[in-house]
Amino acid sequence: MSGEVNVRSAIHFASAALALAVLAFGAIQPAVAADTPDPAADAKAFRNYFTQKFPKLKLEDFVNGPYSMNEDMHRQWEEKEQFPPYDFSLDMGKEMFSKPFKNGKSYADCFPNKGIGIRQNYPYFDEKEGKVITLELALNRCREANGEPPFSYVKDEMAALTAYMAFTSRGKPFDIKIPGDPRALEAYQNGKRYFYTRRGQLNFSCATCHVQSPGERIRAEVLAPALGILNAMPIYRSEWGGMGTISRRFTTCNSQIRGVPLNPQDDEYRDLEYYLSYVSNGLPISGPGARP
Amino acid sequence: MLKSIRLLALVLPIAGATSVLAAGSEADFKAAYAAAEAANKEAAALRNQWTTTAAAMAAAKKAADTGDFDEAIASSKEAEALAKASIFQATSEKEAWKALEIR
Repeated sequence: MSGEVNVRSAIHFASAALALAVLAFGAIQPAVAADTPDPAADAKAFRNYFTQKFPKLKLEDFVNGPYSMNEDMHRQWEEKEQFPPYDFSLDMGKEMFSKPFKNGKSYADCFPNKGIGIRQNYPYFDEKEGKVITLELALNRCREANGEPPFSYVKDEMAALTAYMAFTSRGKPFDIKIPGDPRALEAYQNGKRYFYTRRGQLNFSCATCHVQSPGERIRAEVLAPALGILNAMPIYRSEWGGMGTISRRFTTCNSQIRGVPLNPQDDEYRDLEYYLSYVSNGLPISGPGARP
Repeated sequence: MLKSIRLLALVLPIAGATSVLAAGSEADFKAAYAAAEAANKEAAALRNQWTTTAAAMAAAKKAADTGDFDEAIASSKEAEALAKASIFQATSEKEAWKALEIR
């Protein structure tokens, strides 16, 4: 009898311990999961969010930004593409790209596949340096390595060069990789945090406009969705009256919300570009583009 | 009547002294500006300065250059308040950003 009681209490104790363990495991697991970056799951959730928000839009059309948001805007885009305003920049970029530096070398010597059709692989994480390398940064490093002064990151020559390189990659899907280096994952996570962090006196994050409000107007502008937002870069913006690079887009976004922009190609912007490009993996490069 | 005059005689010098004290001096401006500068430096360390802080600081300097220290002090205090708000924003966003994340 007493042996039976002992067995029963042992079973009760074991069940209680198991239940506690299950509860504890269940309670801890989501917290761990929430804090551990999972880029593949993020990209899936990111794409689902936008495709559910705009169920009629074809996935590849997200790269057209505000022009994908309604039929009228799309018609405007089609008409604009007849005589694209970025053409002059594209021609200039092509000429610059093929012209050798003073030392006889050229941009082609700095890039895989001589720089043709590779835009979709930028930015990448350089494990030797432990940092994100953007196309704009790689271009200026190429110039400096060959004894040429760097260009401004925001427009003109840099926009022309990246326009040409994007053009040679049109239609190729973004293919950003996150290697098994904890620093790469950290860079990705930093980019994500930057994207969602509110800043500036207006208390806006990138997501306030491009996740919460794509398709809505902010003054006269129609906001672009964050999915595919970098695929058309660089862009000719009527508002700017000229071409602008990704660096220009990031810095002007910051000042528009009354935040002091960081320097182009500071770590935060490089990580942001890494994050935004990664979550748009699979969408085609469409740059150079045009925007209102 | 005499009582009222006596009271007025007592009040007027006090009011005069108060208005003299209220007028901003160059030293007051320098202290207010230094406080704004320190707060804005802290915001810079957090990578979160606001353009409006810089504008208020520029306005303070401009007013001080013309000798308008009241205006210079007011702009400095505005700049300090803005810088402190940007610090608060950066600090609270260290965790708050997660609420916006698509999951």
